Amino acid sequence: MNRKTKEIFIKYLFLLFALVSIIVLGLIVFSLFREGLPLFSTVAVHDFLFGLEWYPTYDPPSFGIFPLIVGSLIVTAIATLISVPLGVLAAVYISEIAPQRVKEILKSAIELLAGLPSVVLGFFGMVIIAPWLQETFDLPTGLNIINASIILAVMAIPTISSISEDALYAVPREFKEASYALGATKFETIAKVIVPAALSGISTAIMLGMARAIGETMVVLMVAGGAAAIPESLFDSVRPMPASIAAEMGETPFRSAHYQALFATGIVLFLLTLAFNLIADYVSHRFRQTGSATL
Amino acid sequence: MAANDIIRIHRVNFYYGAVRALTDISMQFEKNKVTALIGPSGCGKSTLLRLLNRMNDLIDGTRVEGEILFEGRNIYAPQVDPVEIRRKIGMVFQKPNPFPKTIYNNITYGPRLNGVSAADLPGLVEQSLRQAVLWDEVKDILDKSAMNLSGGQQQRLCIARALAMKPDVLLMDEPTSALDPISTAKIEELVEELKRHYTIIIVTHNMQQAARISDQTAFFYLGNLIEYNKTEKIFTKPDVKQTEDYITGRFG
Repeated sequence: MNRKTKEIFIKYLFLLFALVSIIVLGLIVFSLFREGLPLFSTVAVHDFLFGLEWYPTYDPPSFGIFPLIVGSLIVTAIATLISVPLGVLAAVYISEIAPQRVKEILKSAIELLAGLPSVVLGFFGMVIIAPWLQETFDLPTGLNIINASIILAVMAIPTISSISEDALYAVPREFKEASYALGATKFETIAKVIVPAALSGISTAIMLGMARAIGETMVVLMVAGGAAAIPESLFDSVRPMPASIAAEMGETPFRSAHYQALFATGIVLFLLTLAFNLIADYVSHRFRQTGSATL
Repeated sequence: MAANDIIRIHRVNFYYGAVRALTDISMQFEKNKVTALIGPSGCGKSTLLRLLNRMNDLIDGTRVEGEILFEGRNIYAPQVDPVEIRRKIGMVFQKPNPFPKTIYNNITYGPRLNGVSAADLPGLVEQSLRQAVLWDEVKDILDKSAMNLSGGQQQRLCIARALAMKPDVLLMDEPTSALDPISTAKIEELVEELKRHYTIIIVTHNMQQAARISDQTAFFYLGNLIEYNKTEKIFTKPDVKQTEDYITGRFG
């Protein structure tokens, strides 16, 4: 084989690898739609998305996933409120303030946090946080929105923190020097030069953290409580979409309406996560300062 | 003569960790003069420049011995705030480094931190840009990103940004080494103009540049100050053989 055919061979080999991953992904999405869409021949899309009752095993069943969507969105929103300040500020501390030694320890600690299996975090929520919430606030159950949000936040923090830190780290040293040379303090430099220059990467980090939280299954299955109803307070139980799918899929007959409804829920979840990724992409362009650090 | 010195360096040693980068430097910088620091790469000239506004503080593991007096006060005394020093001693870097902000906000960054009132800012922006001979080129695009400017314009913007702080001294670290000859000529003219109001200390690799724009020249080699005198004298009949060898291009 001469050099030229070798080059061509290698080129197509890599193309093949790239195609395989895209095709597998495409087939999964295809099967998701193939199994889910038939539901809409019997249930109207509007009734499915905005129906308030999820009684898939009743006779006649009702497939309204609105409470599930609300459950997913509310735990994600509260988890974001908790994890964004913690994750971003931790990244600022690690990247800009901490001495070298502390920096290394904190970085590996956060990586360790990222490596914790979600089921372990779920345990923690069930065994430690739930009883504590129940006793402290005198609740019927500690498995609720707050509990799930806290655990999801813990899961999202490593994502947000490590991607934000990369973005902060990528801010050119020249900007910092320029700021200090103009008589800015460390805090002024961080707040007015470094963070704005890294904003695009930080927004990406936040959106990816949120996408991670909304798609997370095990945690919400274990600690969200599982009540398919619109919550009235933060101490109510909810049944986010992934929890519903995971809990019910094993018991539903193949290609029954219930089965199709779970796949359709999967489609909704897929579209939501896709939306998060597209928003992440958009904001990372929107906040990009020319010449600034991006990922 | 001594009364006219704005900065006096007295027996300064400087270390990066265990490595000594400057050895027993003593020299004075005259007010409203241009002083050029020349020498081969790694001779310590940039290190010395960065000592004058305490920029080396930002590097871990560095240590200074000796005194650097700015208007009679040791800027390395424990009670001195480096932020105060940097507001009086401005700096322009080798690579143009405007912030990824608008031209206007680049200029107002320092003054705002310094508490200049919002009403005074537009005037200050115009004045600084005029001083840096950039006003006519950018007056209609003040709200555009500074990153869209050419390299030479960016460097003049950085000078304007430093001038907006109304510093007493302007440190320039090879300000034209990343620029084309036309931009370089503009910056040199600017330096000529600026010395009426500011003390300028400039590090340069370009010996013609040092000869053209400076009043005093200091030659450094391996962390030592070899010779310091009037530019004319250094470039015509230097006292030390090493200086002559460097200037005539025999090494460096």
